[in-house]
Formats: sequence, structure tokens, C-alpha cells
Amino acid sequence: MTTSEHSTDLDTRYGSDTRTVTLRVNGRGVTREVATRTTLADFLRDDLDLVSVHLGCEHGVCGCCTVLLDGGSVRSCLMLAVQAGGQEVETVESLSPDQDRLHPIQQAFAEEQGLQCGFCTPAMALRAREILADGKEWTDEEVRQEISGILCRCTGYQNIINAVQNAGRKLRGGPGAARDETKGS
Amino acid sequence: MAAPDIEKPRYKYIGADRKRVEDPRLLVGRGGFIADLKMQGLLHAAILRSPAPHARIVSIDTSEALQIPGVVAVLTGEDVKAHMNPCMNFGPPTIAQYPIAVDKVRYVGEAVAAVVAESRYTAEDGVEALVAEFEDLPVVTDPRKALEPESALLHDDHGSNLGYERTFEFGDISRALSDADLVVEDTLHWGRSAGMPMETSGATARPGLNGVLEIHCNSLNFSYLQFLVANALKIPSNKLTMQPVPAGGSFGSKFTAHKVPTLAGFLALRTGRPVSYVEDRLDHLMNSDHHGSDRYYEAKMGVTADGMITGLDIDVVDDYGAYLQFGVGTHGNAFSQAVGPYTFRDLKYRLRAALTNKCQQGAYRGFGSEVHNWVLERMVDKAAAELGLEPEEIRRRNFIQQDQFPYKIPGGNIYDSGNYPAVLDKALGMIDLEYWRTEQQRLREQEGRYIGIGLATTQERSVFSSTEFWFWFDEPAFPITSSPESATITIDPTGQFQLQLHCQSMWGNSPETVSTTVVAEEFGVEPESVNVSYADTAHALPGTGPGGSRYTVMVAGAVRGAGRKLKKKLIDIAAHTLEVAAEDLELVDARVQVKGAPEKSLGLPELAASAYFFALNLPPSMESGLEESYTYDHPYTTLPSPDRTDLGVFYPIVGHACHIAVLEVDPDTGQTAFHDYVAVHDAGTVVNPKSLDGHVTGGAAQGLGSTLYEELAYDADGQFTSSTFMDYLVPTANEVPPFRIGHVETPSPYTEYGIKGGGEGGRLVTPSVVSAAIDDALREYGMRVRELPVKPADIVEAVQGAMARS
Ligand code: FES
Ligand code: FES
Repeated sequence: MTTSEHSTDLDTRYGSDTRTVTLRVNGRGVTREVATRTTLADFLRDDLDLVSVHLGCEHGVCGCCTVLLDGGSVRSCLMLAVQAGGQEVETVESLSPDQDRLHPIQQAFAEEQGLQCGFCTPAMALRAREILADGKEWTDEEVRQEISGILCRCTGYQNIINAVQNAGRKLRGGPGAARDETKGS
Repeated sequence: MAAPDIEKPRYKYIGADRKRVEDPRLLVGRGGFIADLKMQGLLHAAILRSPAPHARIVSIDTSEALQIPGVVAVLTGEDVKAHMNPCMNFGPPTIAQYPIAVDKVRYVGEAVAAVVAESRYTAEDGVEALVAEFEDLPVVTDPRKALEPESALLHDDHGSNLGYERTFEFGDISRALSDADLVVEDTLHWGRSAGMPMETSGATARPGLNGVLEIHCNSLNFSYLQFLVANALKIPSNKLTMQPVPAGGSFGSKFTAHKVPTLAGFLALRTGRPVSYVEDRLDHLMNSDHHGSDRYYEAKMGVTADGMITGLDIDVVDDYGAYLQFGVGTHGNAFSQAVGPYTFRDLKYRLRAALTNKCQQGAYRGFGSEVHNWVLERMVDKAAAELGLEPEEIRRRNFIQQDQFPYKIPGGNIYDSGNYPAVLDKALGMIDLEYWRTEQQRLREQEGRYIGIGLATTQERSVFSSTEFWFWFDEPAFPITSSPESATITIDPTGQFQLQLHCQSMWGNSPETVSTTVVAEEFGVEPESVNVSYADTAHALPGTGPGGSRYTVMVAGAVRGAGRKLKKKLIDIAAHTLEVAAEDLELVDARVQVKGAPEKSLGLPELAASAYFFALNLPPSMESGLEESYTYDHPYTTLPSPDRTDLGVFYPIVGHACHIAVLEVDPDTGQTAFHDYVAVHDAGTVVNPKSLDGHVTGGAAQGLGSTLYEELAYDADGQFTSSTFMDYLVPTANEVPPFRIGHVETPSPYTEYGIKGGGEGGRLVTPSVVSAAIDDALREYGMRVRELPVKPADIVEAVQGAMARS
């Protein structure tokens, strides 16, 4: 006889435990009452409508849910919203939320076709912002290594690497360059 | 040596490296994916999945779950049995499937109950609180043993675990093998992998106005097959509207993926409220509609002493898992290019489709043709090795030549056009094989390192037609012959373009870029200025949907057809207004002008204004408005012969590719690393080179995954052992090498602009080329890749086995 596993703990409070969390999201202060079990990813998607945070696995492997927390990439499916209290979260909207005025990193992805379905793309663009933040020049091999924590099923990665390099050139200056004006906002 | 330039007409937009029109919205994170869709009062579902591979469902206690605040309903197989018909099914009717298991479960992960609740969190609490009891049944995991009479039965109504069996023989295989100077034989196994898009399947259903059920879903092909979902839900087809939602990747896994939308529709009907069900990754890994092929081969190939292939004899058992939802269509794809690019005429193909306690099979990029190509190329490599021929040499000797097209292969399909030597030459021109062969020797001798060179080709069949759904049967129930695609172009009253596509086709390919490029080519407007939308099934004209690398070809035909009709109307209005003969007018750069006197012209806004607002200025009997639709039927389909010695033309737009890889293998650890990888593809006229390169690269990366990393594994007891991304290894950027890509363009004579499909080719050849490179690297150990995926431990084991024997 096989029996499906289940929790016999009927006292589980089914998400009724809540806390108030205050944080900054894309430059704005946010205070919300959230269930303590709510992941940061679900909080951003469901409470703040930031549906650019994509869930590919919800167990910390695919990296599609990557956001920047105080400038460093984290997997928002592995964190609780309450753990982000007092910190600064950036989603891809922090680059640009406006399709007609893309940030240089987003422009570079468009130019190099560093995306196909677009599902991993916000995560990849944020990772690009993180590694390009200090203006360092990377080799293709280094970029390959740096983005390897995020899975992309569509592109085979080459055009993403090209996009990161193109974005780096744009941000560092030189021909066709643009400054990352939104950085540190 | 470089490939000769093949002449084709010059286009202004087609063939240019343009940015994709889909990208701006995706880059700001507004792709409109299914999980992003919110609506008032939306409920969420979570699924209890079977922990047992084969068992009778004894009881499901829902009482605890229903006590949880926020849980609205729990539905089980009993509800499904009472209120549904079986799901759509192209296999035998004796193998019925429901979106929730009825009476018994047949694989680990099959749905047992659905909990519907106010939030997904609460729905999952509800699943935790369910208590289901199962009575275990004997488990069937080995597909060959499944066919033995004493094996336990998956489907009592079907009476055996053999889903389908037939032997097709084209030509005379025994003569071909007895005439051969050498017959090579092998036993090969292609293991299970899957499309595994980063976005899972999902659907949101809601009871709408007038009793119409609306299902929003990211599955494809429902302009074609919506009525089958309605049938499963026991509602009239005009009371179901399926609303297309862009998909975050598919690669086959969302091709007619019907169980998720059918289930969401059922839950919405039963609760009377909107319900969303989006698979989580565990759901998708163990219960997606589509795992890929899982085939066991006995193969024989005959060759003459000078390397000419005489025939191929295939005996394949395909492990379809517990259900046969699409019949054996994945083998039709093998038949479409069964002889590869080679001239041999004799082929025997015995197919047995086995039913086992595993997830059902469906589509994965290549749809089974990639598996056949791997077997074919494995056999060609084996013959070459035994004859002492280089891989490029044996292939070149056997190629179908340019003056033989259109070429009818054994089995009846047509290859429309091609230039295989040009593709091979281009690939050889991009890499210095002589250097690498010398380097291989040097590294082996001086540094004790092992590099291998693999070279393989593939055909890239594209644009399936529907006869392949039924040529398997002598008396098919529904011998359909249509597989069209449609487009509607509207010029609005101000002269702006709207383009409507009639199926869901955004899944990471670029249907909007392709179709607006065609509008641009025909009308001289910029592609970005055209707005694209997708029709729901209540409005859709005939549309089969993407799959089998058909969409670019088909939508180009549909858009061009609609464009021709609309151009004629514009010219007729202009002729009437300017009082000149229509023959003297032409449409250039979004203006209708007099030939030779372009100053006498009318722009689109002026013509549109006439069409919408000045009926008295229109030619007599012309209808107001500027909208035209066109349904483009499959460009070349013929009926199979009644005795099935000829399966007819069903996949005639055929590209070609050649890949060459230089791979280092560490015999002590089984680790592999690429030194170089060249991929040359001929997909006919290229619409957007960078997009095509992207598809070749992405496809090749998936082929690499199927070859070295990805496995949907079941243990001997039928337990599924790949239920997370920690177990199922999708290649990361570290595993995928930079591919150097080249193109040859041999336009198709049968399609608009000469386009061929190019969406799958990358995955069709990587498994062959990587297998060959591993063999070549470890030749002294007698390495022969016979089973995929070939993991590091397999390589180490083969090397150690060889050393122990020597
Ligand atoms: S969704 Fe967070 S890592 Fe996959
Ligand atoms: S673009 Fe589709 S997953 Fe990366």
C-alpha cells in the first residue's frame, strides 16, 4: 500500500502569520503587511505587480527570478519577503520600464538578439548590470562564467554574451556609448 | 574551398539583420506570460501527484483539506469521470487519458487530485492535507519487457502494452544487405529528454458571458484543435474560446499541450469561478504533456567496398510511457528524411510503440527526426570506420546531387531542393581539419591528451502536412489533408497597419518579426510600425500553429497572400481616383504611383480615408474598408498510396546542415571540452540571419544537453529520479561552446520567397557530431557511443573496461 505524504500538523497556521516589511524597490520606499512565508519573488510579483520577476523552478537553480539586492544578484524564490526588509531591491524595471526608452543594457540585448522567449531576460539583464557596474572589461570567457548561474533554454548563450559585451562598451564609453544614468538612483 | 554563391532575388527587408519587433516588451519584463495574467476573483490550483508508478486509487480523503480556510474545492478522478470525456487523443481509443487519473495511476507524477483555493499557497496547503491510498500494481519500466505476454497491463481496455506495430519496407532490404560488401550492425538507445522551457505550461480559465468558457493558455495549436478540448469538457465548441498567450519557450513541450488548459477549464466549470493552474517545475518535469523520444534500436546498414550505402534496416521499440496521445507521429518525422541526404533506396523500418509506467511522450524539437538522424549517422560513422574512410568522404560519396531535385525518397516524401556538397565544403572551409588531425596526433603522443573530431550532417525537414497524422493506418478514421495558416492585414483609416495572426505562435521564435518583415517587403513600411495581434479561437481563421519548423514558411505565405489582395484593392481605389488603368499603377514605398510617373501618386492615408469614409469615391460595388485575409494551404501535400508503399509528400521543404566539432575528452574523468565547433545550415532564403543563428545555437545547445547531460530518468521500480533542476541538467553557459555558424542558401521552389524552416536543425545534428567526436577521441579504447545521454561515468567505464580487457 502506498500512501501520499502529508502533514499531520493541523495546527499549521496556513500563512496567517504576518509581519510588516519596509524596503526600497526600484528606488521607491515600500511598506507592506506580508505573510511571513511569502517569498520575495511572490511579493514582488503579486503584491507589487513586478511580473518581470519570472519563476522558472522555485528551487533556486534556474536563476530566472534573479533580482539585485543592494546591488548584488540574489534568487528571489529562495528568500522570504521579510528577509529583504531595510534593503534595496532592483528588478529589470530599474533599468528602464519604458519600451521606447530602453537602458543601454536593454538596447544591447535587442541589438545582439540576446533573447528569444524573454523569460530569462530580466534576470540576465540584471546580472549584466551587476557585472558591468564597476566598468571592468571582461573577456567572453569570463562573461560566460559570470552568467552561468542563470539558465537560458532558448539562445545557447552566445548572443547573451555578445549583448553583455556590447552593453559594456556602451556603458564604458567610446563609439555609440551611453552612460548608465540610472545607476545608483 | 568556399561554397558557390547561389543566386536569389534581392529583397529589401528579408535577409537583413534587423532587430526583433518582439524584444522591447520582453526587455522591460512585460512578455504577457500566463502567470502574469490576473483577474478579479481568481482562484489557484495545485495538484496532488501520484507517488506510485502503477496503482489502483483506493481512496482520497479530502476532509482535512476542505477545512483549510481559503480552500474552495477538491476535485478527483471521480469528478472527472462524472463530467468529462477523455482528453484529445490521436492514439488508439482504448488508451484513454483524463487530466486527473481515473481509477488508477500509471506513472509517478500523474495527477490524482486538484485543490482549488484562494491562493496558490493555500492550494498547496490543501494538497499537503489530502490523504490518498493506493493499492500498488506490478510495475512495467522496460519497454521491451512490456511487450512480453506476462507483463502487467497498463490499459485493460487495450489488452496489451503494444500501442502500435507496423513494418514498412521501401525497396528490397534483404537484397540491399546481401548485395553489400559490408553490413554494420548496432544496438542503440536514445534516452529521454524534453524541451524543458524556462516557463512551464499554464492556463487560466474563466466562465465568461453567455455561458462561454474562456481559457487563456500558453499552449499552441488551438486554432486547429480547440474543438477537441471542448469535446473533453463536454461543451459545444462555440461555448469555448481559447485565448492565446505568449509562451516562454516551448521547443515542442507546449505543442498541443492540452492537459493543462483542459484541466483549468474543468476546474473553472466546476467551481464557476476563474481558476489559474500553472505547473511548477516539479509538475513539469514529471508530468509535462511531453517527454521526448525514448527509443531502443537494432540497426543494420549495408555498404559497398567503396563506401556506397546500400540500405538501412531499423527495428525500433519506442517507450511512449503510459499514454499514446499523438500516436506515433514522432516516427513519421523519421520517415520524412529516413535516408538522410544519401542516395540509397532500400529501407526497412519496424516500429513497436510500447506502453510503460512513465510519463507520456510528445514533441521535442526534431519530433523524432533527430533520433533517427543520430541512428543513421552513427551507422554511417561505423561503416566509415570499418572501411577506413574519413567521415566527410563517405558522406560526400553518398550525397544526393543538385541535379536530382526535387528528389523523391524511399517512402514517398520529396526533398524540394538542396546543395549538400556546398554545405559540406563551406563547413570544411571554416575549419582546418588537417591541422586538427595533426594536432590530435601530437597531443596524443606528446601530452597524453585525447581530442576527437566529429563530422555529421542532417536533413532539416520542415512544414509538415496533416497526412502524416494518419498514413499509419489502412483505414484511418479521419484522413485529414489540411494544415493551413492564415493572416489578416488591415490598414486602418489613418493608413497604419494591423496584422492579425490566427494562432498562438510566440514561443521564443519571432513570428511577429517574420510577419512584419513580409508586410514591410510587400508595402514598403517599416516592420516596427506594424502592430501584431493574435486571434482567439472564436475569431481565428484556419491556422495549424507552429511546429515542425513550419511557421516561418507558412506565415510568410499567408501574409504575402493577404498582402496581394490588399494591394490590389489599394491599386483599384487609386486607379479609380486617378483615372488611370490599374495596370499602369504600382505600389512603391507605401504609395501607389503611376509607373514611370511617380509624382502622380497617392499615399496610404489618402487611400485609407477613401476606403473608410468616402464610399461614393470608390469604384462601383467595392466594399468599404481595407482589410484582407488569406489562408495559405500547405504548399505541397499528396495522398499516400492505399497500400502505404508510398506515404506521399508530407514534409517536402527540406534544408540541410553539416556540423564539425573538435572535442577533448579526459579518459580519467569523462569530462569533455570543445576546442572548436562549426555549424553550417541551409534553410533556404534566410529571413533574419541573426535570428536564425540564434535558433541554430539554441538548438545545438539542446542537442548537446540530450547528448551529454539531460535525462528524465526512472529507476527499475518506476520511481522518477529527475524531479528537480538539480537532477535534470539543463546546460549552463559553461557547457555550451561558442558555435561558429555559416549559411548556404538554396531557396525552396515551393514556398514564398524560397524560405525553408530552420527552427530545429541545431538539435538535429549535435548528438551525432558529439557522439562521433567522443568515439574519435577514444578510438584506441574502442569507444563507441551507443546510448544517450553519455555521461562522464559512462566514458570512464568504457575506458576502464577496455583497459581491463587489454
Ligand atoms: S525560480 Fe528562482 S532559481 Fe529558479
Ligand atoms: S530567452 Fe528564453 S529562456 Fe532565455
